[in-house]
Amino acid sequence: MSGAQGSYYLPNPSPYPLITSMGLFILALGFVFFLNDVAAGPWAMLVGALVVVYMVFRWFGTVISESESNVYDQQVDRSFRMGMAWFILSEVMFFAVFFGALFYVRQFSVEWLAGTELLWPGYEGGWPTAGPAGAELIAPDTPIASGANQFSPMGAWGIPAINTLLLLSSGVTLTIAHWGLRKGNRGQLITWLALTVILGVAFLGFQAFEYAHAYSELGLTLKAGVYGATFFMLTGFHGFHVTMGVIMLAVILVRCLKGHFTADHHFAFEGVAWYWHFVDVVWLGLFVFVYWL
Amino acid sequence: MSTDHHEEHPKGLSRWLFTTNHKDIGTLYLWFCFIMAVVGGIMSLVIRSELWQPGMQIVEPRFFNQMTTLHGLIMVFGFVMPAFVGLANWQLPMMIGAPDMALPRMNNWSFWLLPPAATLLVLSLFAPGGAPGAGWTLYPPLTVHEGMGMDFTILSVHMLGISSILGSINIIATILNMRAPGMTLMKMPMFAWSWLITAFLLLATIPVLAGAVTMLLTDRHFGTSFFDAAGGGDPVLFQHIFWFFGHPEVYILVLPAFGVFSQIIPTFARKPLFGYTSMVFATATIAFLSFIVWAHHMYTVGMPMTGELFFMYATMLIAVPTGVKVFNWVATMWRGSMTFETPMLWAIGGVFTFTMGGITGLMLSITPVDFQYHDTYFIVAHFHYTIIGGSVLAIFAAIYYWLPKWTGHMFSEPLGKLHFWLTLISFNLTFFPQHFLGLAGMPRRIPDYALQFTGFNEVSTIGAFMVIFAQLIFFYLVIKCIRGGEKAADQVWEGAEGLEWAVPSPAPYHTFATPPQVR
Repeated sequence: MSGAQGSYYLPNPSPYPLITSMGLFILALGFVFFLNDVAAGPWAMLVGALVVVYMVFRWFGTVISESESNVYDQQVDRSFRMGMAWFILSEVMFFAVFFGALFYVRQFSVEWLAGTELLWPGYEGGWPTAGPAGAELIAPDTPIASGANQFSPMGAWGIPAINTLLLLSSGVTLTIAHWGLRKGNRGQLITWLALTVILGVAFLGFQAFEYAHAYSELGLTLKAGVYGATFFMLTGFHGFHVTMGVIMLAVILVRCLKGHFTADHHFAFEGVAWYWHFVDVVWLGLFVFVYWL
Repeated sequence: MSTDHHEEHPKGLSRWLFTTNHKDIGTLYLWFCFIMAVVGGIMSLVIRSELWQPGMQIVEPRFFNQMTTLHGLIMVFGFVMPAFVGLANWQLPMMIGAPDMALPRMNNWSFWLLPPAATLLVLSLFAPGGAPGAGWTLYPPLTVHEGMGMDFTILSVHMLGISSILGSINIIATILNMRAPGMTLMKMPMFAWSWLITAFLLLATIPVLAGAVTMLLTDRHFGTSFFDAAGGGDPVLFQHIFWFFGHPEVYILVLPAFGVFSQIIPTFARKPLFGYTSMVFATATIAFLSFIVWAHHMYTVGMPMTGELFFMYATMLIAVPTGVKVFNWVATMWRGSMTFETPMLWAIGGVFTFTMGGITGLMLSITPVDFQYHDTYFIVAHFHYTIIGGSVLAIFAAIYYWLPKWTGHMFSEPLGKLHFWLTLISFNLTFFPQHFLGLAGMPRRIPDYALQFTGFNEVSTIGAFMVIFAQLIFFYLVIKCIRGGEKAADQVWEGAEGLEWAVPSPAPYHTFATPPQVR
């Protein structure tokens, strides 16, 4: 339960939280200005973002150096594990909202809109839909005529299927890397971890290509009614999480190259691995409910 | 780095800005929530002044709506929630025998996210078009068409949410990981239990609110149609999401209060808490039920009959575990050696007024009846009885209960009692007449009303001014208690049990350097 001298570990006072909060404040303020066309907005956002990014470096740097100088005992390690696990629960709930919105719209509101002849006469409902006043639906993955108010939903069996394979494989490669770490096999750890990062980057590349395709050829944008809104918010937030995950994995890879982890002391690796598997599971939900069904 | 030098800490301002100490952070939380309570309280006086007479006298209708909106948001997110987090920070490590919170640096961050978030919220008042006036529930389509103030509010809610999530993670890790050897979960003080469950509720619902306001933001600025029927969306979707967060949220406000009552009542009844195990399970049951009752806030919006029935019965079920708790508190007092020091007065007052709010809640749970009460002053009376009567009275009870432990001095008992009686009487003066106003059909969130409501509204306004100004006594008492007074014993209250009473008063900067043994 306790550390080496039978006492607890307590960190020293730290300016990081305060400065990070100030950075976030400037970022938020700048974002509001940006949204409302105030000239200072983008600059304030830039300053705020730089402060936040810098503090992330400093803060994690401190934690890493504390970890490497062995000031953390078993109890701190457990606190970190619990922190990460419960953080992932809150992330699950965040995605649950957008899935909930998707289910609600598909099951209830579109059907109700179609059933109310007085409000939108002639609206048929169905899914996908951009709503009674939105763009017209055409067959999946069909380029629209230029200037036409149409949209084409994203089919499941092209890029999304490839991306599913990529992410699922990355879960496997990450686990093999973890086995390498547990066995003390450095070569296996680094090779398979690097492969995981590459798979993650490939996923993001395909995703970016898919977005460009959707915007330029399919008429599928954030503004394409409730289908476009749910499509881009769900896949967009997922893509953002994959980006964060890739950055985290890359940091872990660098730390592995520096020889940071041991077979029984590698919470950072495991925390990032949990996060990666979480992102993976969310994707499966996306593939089934956003792309496929 | 380790804890060889227990009392060492930076002096002056940097002590407070950079602290990783749970007691300092608890103090910061409590002063922050005091300031926010003053701000929110002044807003409530603007509302009550306008309602002193029918007709328009002091403010514009739009500004009136901004006041009701900000008053709600500030009191919920800026006052009651941080107050309980502050109490958790001060007390949880001492009560479970830990040196500090599990993640002390993150703890400091949870606090320092709050002042910027509150600043954003208040800044919205000064944006072109002013603060949002749609009520704290932020319903679209109105909030999609509000001005820049709404963006400030959305970003503020995001930052408040990050703070709550980090704080909850910390509280859960502390309770699950930092308990002294021998303190099993079922030996934990009820305050710790209620906070464990509250923290879970926060983690499960705050991201839901974040998602809801994010959709508002994209509907406002990025052309999505989540809440726009023309694009296939539905404004009612927002209400479902908001209340999926909102109903657990009201238990987030009140469960820690239940924990406080469960600490204080046994102390002054000099009996162990009656039915500890049932108390734990009742709390968990309330938390579970809170996830399946949200639509009782929106009976009148239009829902299938099966939905109305389901949410009605599920809501009524909540009365059962809540009844268990009230029964247990009363049974704890039954044949106890009761004394009525200030904290006990607040606790009993809190149980009593909260129960009144619970009973009006049961009335509101009945769908056909709610069609009559919806959006009237009856609902205003109901939730002020639960939030002030339950949570705020509990916050005062807790502060009076633990203040001698924090400061090392006893407070002035006569002043504390005066503060209690003035607050209790004026609170009832403010809100009891609002039941009648609501039943007679006076709508809420409207700055004007029909002539026949004048009498009750005047009583309510007088009560509101009394309730706010009575808090000056509290401020004076606390400052006086910090600066000096009769020395408090380690065991401040004769009947008190728990680890926090085993340490000196005032509690040392780091309470436990090595884990205490609990048998």
